[in-house]
Amino acid sequence: MTDTPLLDARGLSKTFGAVRALYQVDFDVLPGEVNALVGDNGAGKSTLIKGLAGIYSFDHGEVSFEGRSVSIHTPRDAAALGIEVVYQDLALADNLDVVANMFLGRERVNGFILDEVGMERSARETLDSLAVTTLQSVRLPVAGLSGGQRQSVAVAKAVMWNSKLVILDEPTAALGVAQTRQVLDLVKRLADRGLGVVLISHNLHDIFEVADRITVLRLGQKVSVFQRKETNQQEVVHAITAGKLVIVPGMAEVDA
Amino acid sequence: MSDQSFQLDRSAETTGEYLRQRWVAIRSGDLGSVPIIIGLVAIIVIFGSLNSTFLSAGNFVNLMLQISGTATIAIGIVYILLIAEIDLSVAFNSAVGAVVMTLLLRPGDPGWPWFAAVPVGLAVSTLLSVLMGVVVTRASVPSFVVTLAGNLALSGVVLLLTTQFSTAGTITISDKVVVGIANSFLPDIWGWVLLAGAVAVAVYLESRRFQNRRARGLSVKPASVIITQLGALSAIGAFAVYYANTNRGVPTVTLILGAFLVFWSFVATKTRFGRHVYAVGGNPEAARRAGINVARVRLAVFAIAGFMAGAGGIIFASRLRSVATNTGGGNLLLNVIAAAVIGGTSLFGGRGKVSSALLGALVITSVDNGMDGLGLNSGIKFVITGLVLLGAVLVDALSSRKSRASGR
Repeated sequence: MTDTPLLDARGLSKTFGAVRALYQVDFDVLPGEVNALVGDNGAGKSTLIKGLAGIYSFDHGEVSFEGRSVSIHTPRDAAALGIEVVYQDLALADNLDVVANMFLGRERVNGFILDEVGMERSARETLDSLAVTTLQSVRLPVAGLSGGQRQSVAVAKAVMWNSKLVILDEPTAALGVAQTRQVLDLVKRLADRGLGVVLISHNLHDIFEVADRITVLRLGQKVSVFQRKETNQQEVVHAITAGKLVIVPGMAEVDA
Repeated sequence: MSDQSFQLDRSAETTGEYLRQRWVAIRSGDLGSVPIIIGLVAIIVIFGSLNSTFLSAGNFVNLMLQISGTATIAIGIVYILLIAEIDLSVAFNSAVGAVVMTLLLRPGDPGWPWFAAVPVGLAVSTLLSVLMGVVVTRASVPSFVVTLAGNLALSGVVLLLTTQFSTAGTITISDKVVVGIANSFLPDIWGWVLLAGAVAVAVYLESRRFQNRRARGLSVKPASVIITQLGALSAIGAFAVYYANTNRGVPTVTLILGAFLVFWSFVATKTRFGRHVYAVGGNPEAARRAGINVARVRLAVFAIAGFMAGAGGIIFASRLRSVATNTGGGNLLLNVIAAAVIGGTSLFGGRGKVSSALLGALVITSVDNGMDGLGLNSGIKFVITGLVLLGAVLVDALSSRKSRASGR
């Protein structure tokens, strides 16, 4: 782990009409670190990651990536920097096999013809490097995979494109115990490979297992950042429900 | 990478294991071409025993001729179904293309040569489908409604054009090349030469694929399975050529249909565009997030459906040597959609093969042909054709439900 942050965002703000979704949020991720983003519903987690993913732009704030100031306006900008998001619904086409899904929209071709052999090899290599060994065949339609396997495929898809920062939106929300285990192991391996990982989750148990740092949002503001080793669940829960706000919505605005 | 996972993948390389995995797939709802093969065997047994001429060489050649137009239009329908849309205008769209071509061919008025009139006919049908596709994608109106409206309007266009340019409502085609499309036969030797060429190319491609995957450490289908499949297909082809040659020979139009099947199968399975077609049908949101221009894929598929409708319309016109007020009517629309569905293309999008157009057209046309041979009246024919279609749709619905239940 180095000290230069992979992602360093300062003073991010975003309003939707009268709703202040994000207010003056600072957020950073180190390479090789799992930074868990927690907060109650409506705390601004989705707004923050969608802004970083280029789904929409922030109103205010600066984002640096690998020490350089960048502007992210479209998902393509984010992908070009090496930021990949795995959304909760995974966005896999059930009728296509694992290889086809991992290369969807970025298929390799020889002339006009799909380079199936090359794609299958790369897909296998990526899956093997993440130690995803429960897949019987990468030529199975993803409809036939378990929830954990589908999550693994979606993560492998995100990792394959030389990504540096992977954002996982509630990756374990719909999974059973064994499959959650599988995905958390995968999250750890991503960080071990030197990637920055942002993990959004409501499950503090999962978070305390894999996160290095825990960033707490509340009502669109950052209320605390904890080192996992120096905190406990009560402290985090307290921050989520009653963390100290810079400004209180509905009250007269104070200068931050 | 670890060797361990590759060993896992090698598991399907023995014949026994391959068959076991296929059996598991079938039981969990991935039926492949099993229902269609059962259906064809049933048709051969039933009509063959009821009517001695059904299995004659003459009727076999008739079937090859009858199937061609239906299968050609059904290829376009397969593409439309793959993106989970429907095109109910293909029947009259095919007629419009055929009528436009026929009008342009009329001797001296304007007396265009076939190589100008045929492309214009195809272009008109393609353009009409694209226009409907634009309404579907831009205005987000269900394709069901747009193409139903299109079907009604185009049936009017056919009526207007045919009555405008003839008093009897029938315009004959005298161009030799166009008439020859569905009324000429390949010399016996050419049937064999083309079949041998096709088999040689298939063997070459399969063995190259096998070696290529082997060389790069990927799993391969067992050689025994590949050889059995190629052998069976070659045997069926050889029997078809032999049997047709004892009568009039292989129809020219069968060669055209074969070329369409090979080309559109290639596009569907080997190209980036084809991959995107399946993705749009399977999960449009995933396709959109992957950076695929979903609207453009949909429009291109409508263009394919229109083009193939035009081609099928020209084949039908060639066979009848004319177009008339009722061209494109009757149960043509039902037959082409039924062909695609019976052949195994799902109505729910994303699942199916171009070859299902051929297999389905074979079923629907031979049922029709068999009932004609028995002299059944139209009422009974409609009822039975309807039941066959219902059966195919039920197989599709049940197998998709089973696939969901077993998570495949």
